[in-house]
Amino acid sequence: MTSGADAVLAGVAVTNFWLLGASRLGHSIRVTAAQGILLGFLPLLAAGADGGALSLRVLALVAASVLLKGLLFPRLLFRGIREASIRREIEPYVGFTTSLVLGLVLLAVSLGIGTRLPLPHRPVSTLAVPIALFTMLSGLFLIVSRRKALTQVLGYLVLEDGIYAFGVLAVGEIPLLVEFGVLLDAFVAVFAMGIAIHRIHREFDHIDADRLKVLRG
Amino acid sequence: MDPARLLPLAFALGLAPLLLGVVNRTKAIVAGRRGAPFTQPYRDIGKLLRKGAVYSGTTTWLFRAGPVGGLAATLAAVTLTPLGGAPATVSFPGDLVLFAGLLALARFLTVLAALDTGSAFEGMGASREVQFSALAEPALLVALAALARATGGLSLTDIAGGLGAAAWAESGPSLLLAALALGAVLLAENARIPVDDPNTHLELTMVHEVMVLDHGGPDLALVLYGSALKLWAFGALLVAAALPVRTGSALPDAAAGVGGLFASAVLVGVVESTMARLRLVRVPQFLVGAGALAALAFVLVGK
Amino acid sequence: MTLLLVALAILGASGVAALAAGRRPRLATALGAGGTALACGLGLFPAAAALAGGPPEHVRAAWDMPYGSLDLELDALSAFFLLPIFLLGGLAAVYGAGYLRPHAGRRNLGLSWLFYDALVGSLVLVVLARNGVLFLLAWEAMALSSFFLVTFEDHREEVREAGWTYLVATHLGTAFLLALFLLLGREAGSLDFRDFGAHGPPAHAGALFLLAVVGFGAKAGFLPLHVWLPEAHPAAPSHVSALLSGVMIKTGIYGLARTLTWLGPPPAWWGWLLVGVGLSSGILGVLFALAQHDLKRLLAYHSVENIGIITLGLGVGVLGLASGAPLVAALGFAGGLLHVLNHALFKGLLFLGAGAVLHATGTREMDRLGGLFRRMPRTGTSFLVGAAAISGLPPLNGFASEFLIFLGALTGALSLPLAGATTCLAALAGLALIGGLAAACFTKAFGAVFLGEPRTGETAGARDPGPAMGIPMAVLAAACIVVGLLAPAGAGAIGSAVAALVPGAHGLPEHVQTGCAALSAATAVGGVFLAAAAGVALLRRAVLRGRPVASSVTWDCGYARPTARMQYTSSSFAAPLVEMFRGLLRTRLRLEATAGRFPGRASLATETPDVCREGLFAPAFRGVARLLGSLRWLQQGSVHVYVLYIAATLVALLVWRLA
Repeated sequence: MTSGADAVLAGVAVTNFWLLGASRLGHSIRVTAAQGILLGFLPLLAAGADGGALSLRVLALVAASVLLKGLLFPRLLFRGIREASIRREIEPYVGFTTSLVLGLVLLAVSLGIGTRLPLPHRPVSTLAVPIALFTMLSGLFLIVSRRKALTQVLGYLVLEDGIYAFGVLAVGEIPLLVEFGVLLDAFVAVFAMGIAIHRIHREFDHIDADRLKVLRG
Repeated sequence: MDPARLLPLAFALGLAPLLLGVVNRTKAIVAGRRGAPFTQPYRDIGKLLRKGAVYSGTTTWLFRAGPVGGLAATLAAVTLTPLGGAPATVSFPGDLVLFAGLLALARFLTVLAALDTGSAFEGMGASREVQFSALAEPALLVALAALARATGGLSLTDIAGGLGAAAWAESGPSLLLAALALGAVLLAENARIPVDDPNTHLELTMVHEVMVLDHGGPDLALVLYGSALKLWAFGALLVAAALPVRTGSALPDAAAGVGGLFASAVLVGVVESTMARLRLVRVPQFLVGAGALAALAFVLVGK
Repeated sequence: MTLLLVALAILGASGVAALAAGRRPRLATALGAGGTALACGLGLFPAAAALAGGPPEHVRAAWDMPYGSLDLELDALSAFFLLPIFLLGGLAAVYGAGYLRPHAGRRNLGLSWLFYDALVGSLVLVVLARNGVLFLLAWEAMALSSFFLVTFEDHREEVREAGWTYLVATHLGTAFLLALFLLLGREAGSLDFRDFGAHGPPAHAGALFLLAVVGFGAKAGFLPLHVWLPEAHPAAPSHVSALLSGVMIKTGIYGLARTLTWLGPPPAWWGWLLVGVGLSSGILGVLFALAQHDLKRLLAYHSVENIGIITLGLGVGVLGLASGAPLVAALGFAGGLLHVLNHALFKGLLFLGAGAVLHATGTREMDRLGGLFRRMPRTGTSFLVGAAAISGLPPLNGFASEFLIFLGALTGALSLPLAGATTCLAALAGLALIGGLAAACFTKAFGAVFLGEPRTGETAGARDPGPAMGIPMAVLAAACIVVGLLAPAGAGAIGSAVAALVPGAHGLPEHVQTGCAALSAATAVGGVFLAAAAGVALLRRAVLRGRPVASSVTWDCGYARPTARMQYTSSSFAAPLVEMFRGLLRTRLRLEATAGRFPGRASLATETPDVCREGLFAPAFRGVARLLGSLRWLQQGSVHVYVLYIAATLVALLVWRLA
């Protein structure tokens, strides 16, 4: 059953667990980048599994997502943490060990849902849908459970990775336009957050997202 | 019984201390020292066996029984351990549960012997030991269950026998993850970095070593030999999972297994030389992470 | 069967005789304990015979009770549960004769023995009854007699409190059982068990199953229905605690198992539910045990844990049945049932041991004890055997039953489709975690109570109890070892009990044989361990011969003046684990920190109240009390008003029926 896609999916699942248990922000950024690169190559494998030729469209998609997720985003994010001079996620709402255990629960839930979801056609791998769902849920969980704005951005990126994996593997024919739209969204999110972190840090000396609520009028 | 099945046991009994020698020598070489000879652990054990003993007045027979029972339980566990693809001396469906149970028994006796001294330090080590092992045991069994699901074997020997190149081609990612989880459990259960530092000299930071502080002479020799055997047993499981050499006959398989074991000892030495020790509060996370990897390995075995 | 009826008669007679001799405590004890031991000894024979493959025996008599009949049957399932009842009932009675001696003259021992006999008798009736009314009556007799036994020391506030908690909990459970039997009876047309499910599986089997899980779960101590258990068991005298924990809560498991025989083939979600209940009870039970300071309370929480393990076994069994995997089913059920017996043996032993400690020192606080192993070697050794057995260590009996459940779960994880396999994997991992935590908990308990140096003066006069208390402990410890080594020989008995649990399924006993064959290989390796231990011990002795063996103080890392108070306490031993799970346990900490340059006193106290009790039941009952409080204006306290109520109700009823 081992196709390249399965190996990549296994790797993606491992990066999800890694992110759930990681406290150092620099480390988390690198792992997210690795996840992005892994997923970036998925369309190649999916196209290979279908037996179809590698179209220019697929190559462009791969190149764009690898460049964005593997190089550009990490660079921006690293600049963010350098300027805000923060290195660790301290005291998240949900502890790291608990996060790992909850990650297992999320994995089980994704397996339960993922094998029952009706799909237009058979996905490339039986694991595709569960792992894609798992990635989305991990992303949501990171957004909900972490304090730092930067970790939340990483959560968005992981969420986007999940959507991307789902699109490539399960739906197959995701229109290029939609795909680029999603990528653009994430790009803007990172960009905006980068600026926001910079500004917030200058004003308030910390970037804990939960303290933003004191700003409301 | 097929005499070839005694092979893994004989190798384990004879060569286990050598494994520790290889780990220490590797660390020395990486650190730029020449290091002690490979046979140093044998000399240590021999020297200790020639000594007398001193016992604390607080202790009871349980303190003396600890090393004896601990070594005996580890010995019994080694009889269940295959060596690479070579079948173990004893195997039956579910022997992996007994394997875990016997190691738990060894730990139980060691912990009680430590508490028998009434020393605060040994209590501290015992407390940490039971905490970490409570998390390591599920990770071990889940990793073995993943391997069992990949191979369809119910005993350690069947599992090891089924983990050839074909199994790797079939479910490689899952086997890799299970092997990683096993490796993490090996480091935790054998008191290696990043969980515990066997060379530390500060009792406050020790886990395993501090539990055996009061043992000396022949008792300490039994403890040392027992921990060498335990490292051998876990290493053999790891090699069985990670080294897909299966010729079908016991001797070459066992030879490959021994080679793999020493390679993994070198690996342990390199890990110890390059990694820092985790803070104690991070160790549970390390073990839960290993369990998560093992669970992932289990569900990735597509069936 | 005749012998069983004779045993029941002896139980009744000895109880009444003990009551009559109440003024002379020594005679009352002799009559009560002796009669119980005799009856229990007699009862073991028919139970063993039924397990050895004898045909089910049946006694039936008419009864004036509406829907009731005096219908008793001894089949393999009942016989399997009779075994621990008689074994522990008899041994605990002998122990009680010694344990109650200090109370002679101050309390009415005759009354206590009457209730003890009533408890054993009603336990026997519960597992033999084959009629709903009879069953519920026996159930109620069991609840009431155990209530009176729990409140033996009713001059103490906390004992009365515990008794009330227990009484409320058990009756809430009984309410669910009443509904269960009424629904079953309405469909079957009678309340005789043989009519239940006789015409195919009942409608709404799922709802009936849920009723049974809640109703019987309240008795068994499923989380979160366990709240009475850690209150009632420590409050009772120790021989009663042993009987309650070792045997009485198992009637909940028996009831659930019996109900399964009426409900037809189970769907998979029953298995998932049981595995979930087993995991939560098992893991939280042992975690709460870890956080306790009171030895008997710790043991009580371990009963929740072991009920969880038994339920895990049943869950794996049900899952196997639902997925058409008879091997998985047989192993799960066999392991669960065997654990019922094993838990009775080691938990009985541990409670008796805790009683001996309490008897000798007057305290159950582990952090006030220590160093008892040298003062009470026999008690310590048997407690050690029990501690190792409950931690599921080979080659003792706890390992044997857990091995079967493990093997069932492993087989399921290997062969079932992903959903079932993942459930089995969860059972497997959970069982391993429970085992590790139980080992942590019992090294803590044994270490704090028996090892090291005495922490306070309370242990000064401690010594082993007399033979009345010592022999039952020794017998139970021996039973733990014997069952551990010889469990495979009982494969036939376990197989017939499993077959009785799943009527209509064929081939289960053969699968139990397969599992027991693996188990016998495991016990053989247990023999290897014992031989190796003997060999290494001889080697050690030979090496040490002629060498200096000196005695000194414990080497405390160079610290010159160690004191007993510097030892690791049970709380500090468990602290890392308690801290790791603090989100679940919600341990309260009271810290009086050191202050100033020359700090004087400092203190730290921790307390771990039951989360379910504090977070779930206490608010719920407060709400009910508030609701009912709003009706308080009805209570005027004047007879006239009450008569008026009665008259008004009568008139209203008449108008309603006649209009």
